[in-house]
Amino acid sequence: MALRQIAFYGKGGIGKSTTSQNTLAALVEMGQKILIVGCDPKADSTRLILNTKLQDTVLALAAAKGSVEDLELDDVMKIGYKGIKCTEAGGPEPGVGCAGRGVITAINFLEENGAYEDVDYVSYDVLGDVVCGGFAMPIRENKAQEIYIVMSGEMMALYAANNIAKGILKYAHSGGVRLGGLICNERQTDRELELAEALAKRLGCKMIHFVPRDNIVQHAELRRQTVIQYAPDCQQADEYRQLAQKIHDNCGKGVIPTPITMEELEEMLLEFGIMKSDEQALAELEAKTKKGAA
Amino acid sequence: MDGMNPDVKAERKALIEEVLSAYPEKTAKKRARHLNVYDEGKPDCGVKSNIKSAPGVMTIRGCAYAGSKGVVFGPLKDMVHISHGPVGCGQYSWSQRRNYYTGTTGVDTFVTMQVTSDFQERDIVFGGDKKLEKVIDEIHEMFPLNKGVSIQSECPIGLIGDDIEAVAKKKAKEHGKMVVPVRCEGFRGVSQSLGHHIANDAVRDWMLGKGKSKDFETTPYDVVVIGDYNIGGDAWASRILLEDMGLRVIGLWSGDATLAEIERGNKGKLNLIHCYRSMNYICRHMEEQFNIPWMEYNFFGPTQIARSLRAIAEKFDDKIKAGAERVIAKYQPMAEAVLARYKPRLEGKKAMLYVGGLRPRHVADAYGDLGIDIIGTGYEFAHSDDYQRTAHYIKDATLVYDDVTDYELEKFIDKMRPDLVGSGIKEKYSTQKMGVPFRQLHSWDYSGPYHGYDGFAIFARDMDMAINSPIWALNKAPWKAA
Repeated sequence: MALRQIAFYGKGGIGKSTTSQNTLAALVEMGQKILIVGCDPKADSTRLILNTKLQDTVLALAAAKGSVEDLELDDVMKIGYKGIKCTEAGGPEPGVGCAGRGVITAINFLEENGAYEDVDYVSYDVLGDVVCGGFAMPIRENKAQEIYIVMSGEMMALYAANNIAKGILKYAHSGGVRLGGLICNERQTDRELELAEALAKRLGCKMIHFVPRDNIVQHAELRRQTVIQYAPDCQQADEYRQLAQKIHDNCGKGVIPTPITMEELEEMLLEFGIMKSDEQALAELEAKTKKGAA
Repeated sequence: MDGMNPDVKAERKALIEEVLSAYPEKTAKKRARHLNVYDEGKPDCGVKSNIKSAPGVMTIRGCAYAGSKGVVFGPLKDMVHISHGPVGCGQYSWSQRRNYYTGTTGVDTFVTMQVTSDFQERDIVFGGDKKLEKVIDEIHEMFPLNKGVSIQSECPIGLIGDDIEAVAKKKAKEHGKMVVPVRCEGFRGVSQSLGHHIANDAVRDWMLGKGKSKDFETTPYDVVVIGDYNIGGDAWASRILLEDMGLRVIGLWSGDATLAEIERGNKGKLNLIHCYRSMNYICRHMEEQFNIPWMEYNFFGPTQIARSLRAIAEKFDDKIKAGAERVIAKYQPMAEAVLARYKPRLEGKKAMLYVGGLRPRHVADAYGDLGIDIIGTGYEFAHSDDYQRTAHYIKDATLVYDDVTDYELEKFIDKMRPDLVGSGIKEKYSTQKMGVPFRQLHSWDYSGPYHGYDGFAIFARDMDMAINSPIWALNKAPWKAA
């Protein structure tokens, strides 16, 4: 099988790292050989696979040794759950330097030193917002072919999903990146599944899977494990296995997204009662003041 | 003066059209605004300026870093100037300007040294402030007689958001020395011109009036010379004239300058500005803040020198006025001897100029003194006020080209066949290969000084040497019959 490169994007705190690591743990059960490239200065993309606190990052090690040229692949690649290869780009502490350049440096190093050889999947886990060119690196030419956007029924998550779709559209024609689909991580907001499906329709992509909320994910995380490893027989583990299977079957079926305008997005949110129109909000406020006065 | 023959004007206008016709429509339209044939009596040269260069053309312009490090700060001799960022900017601009100075290099003066923080990938990713601190500490240790440090930002500093101001404050306190951060990242602005402005602002905010300048004892005859970078010793040839007429030069900015001269820059009675383009900002500031008047002067060629000396003297008492006359009388025989020797050899020759921000107008009368006509001139990075000032210097029908492209200049030279081109190193060899004599007017071609009476003698000799060199008679195409 040709190498498949996928990436997980989505609003900060939406559960990208948790979702991706659980999904990859399920994929490895299916006999796939996997490399994880964490592209977030927080470096938390591999901890559930490695069952450790935090992995030494490419950039931290490079800084310690002098430069990235002084590193060997073995220094930065750790083997985790069922042979999953783990790397973290890392980056500067908040407020200094250029994390985006760090991502570029780290990915180039991994590629040049053969980290991508002898694997079926490379998975990029990228920080919340595509703030600059560096964080768009995984969606440029010859990197991830399919992007999976992790989202929920919350307004900001939907905004973020639409923005990421814009980013994908920008690179879709030059590099060939496609939107694999949406993964809805349940937050138990109103009409969440319906809303996710409606957004997928507007973006012209699939709703890949609706992952229900289950506390067992937190239990596993506290032990620095995926659900697959911590409780392989539970219902939630099966949800991730289904998601993994769907992603596996989605090979080559990504689409060029059709992101919508801010107005269209807001209309959609109004329709689903997530957002209130100015008239509604004013009327409610008025009613409230009247009630208070009475 | 009689207006130029209308045919010449029409011919030159047609030449502009011909040159523009090689461009795509959009570029032609853009470039047309920067080219003109001067009409006598107009208040400016009729060209647009200080605009971003057209994409795809070869422009001679520099960047903001070049304007700050290369021009304004570089000559300041007892400070160490750090090219902060990757190694190339400092390395490939190393010693390109011939800023002369006295002192022992590497001990108490540092002008010709290249000091860089040599950024590596890790400094970009993790930020370069720690490295900068280390560089400043090392400079402090290696060169204990340095009076301070300036931080000349290269592009990445602005991109990654390093806090060089915080480093500057911290290190200034630690070492008890001046540390000046300069935000002259190369991507800012359209040319080196913004770098001059940024450097002026850094002087204003971090240096002027600092140090021991408060205790500086002044006299009624104190002047500060601003914007003379002592190329080939220019500032020295200027300074002796001012001192001979009874003035005291308490600061030379920034050719052969010390930090103390910069700090006490607001202590003069009059600021004399030579390169208006690169340092008018600080003159205006001192006028507003300290009520110090400023005036432009021109020490190229005996006509302008005498005019400037008298104009400067007008701002002082009779003693200085008499001093000016004395200086002019003293040097007049020498100037006449120079003219007697060279003018007959140069009379009626034609020259084209393309230089930076001042010389395209300032040298015009020095050529005029020698009988050489300027038929074309232009600036790399001038603004509209420079082109207004140029109108006083040039004659009817002079071809004016702003931010001229490599192609345009070559075409103009080829079609107008001047007897001399005065420009920079990038134009030198292509011009000479066209069989046209050339002198560098940025660096004085390893010669100089050209300022003052002493400089004029050298200027006249150099122009004669270029124009009347026997080499041009040997320049015959092999395919033409001998």
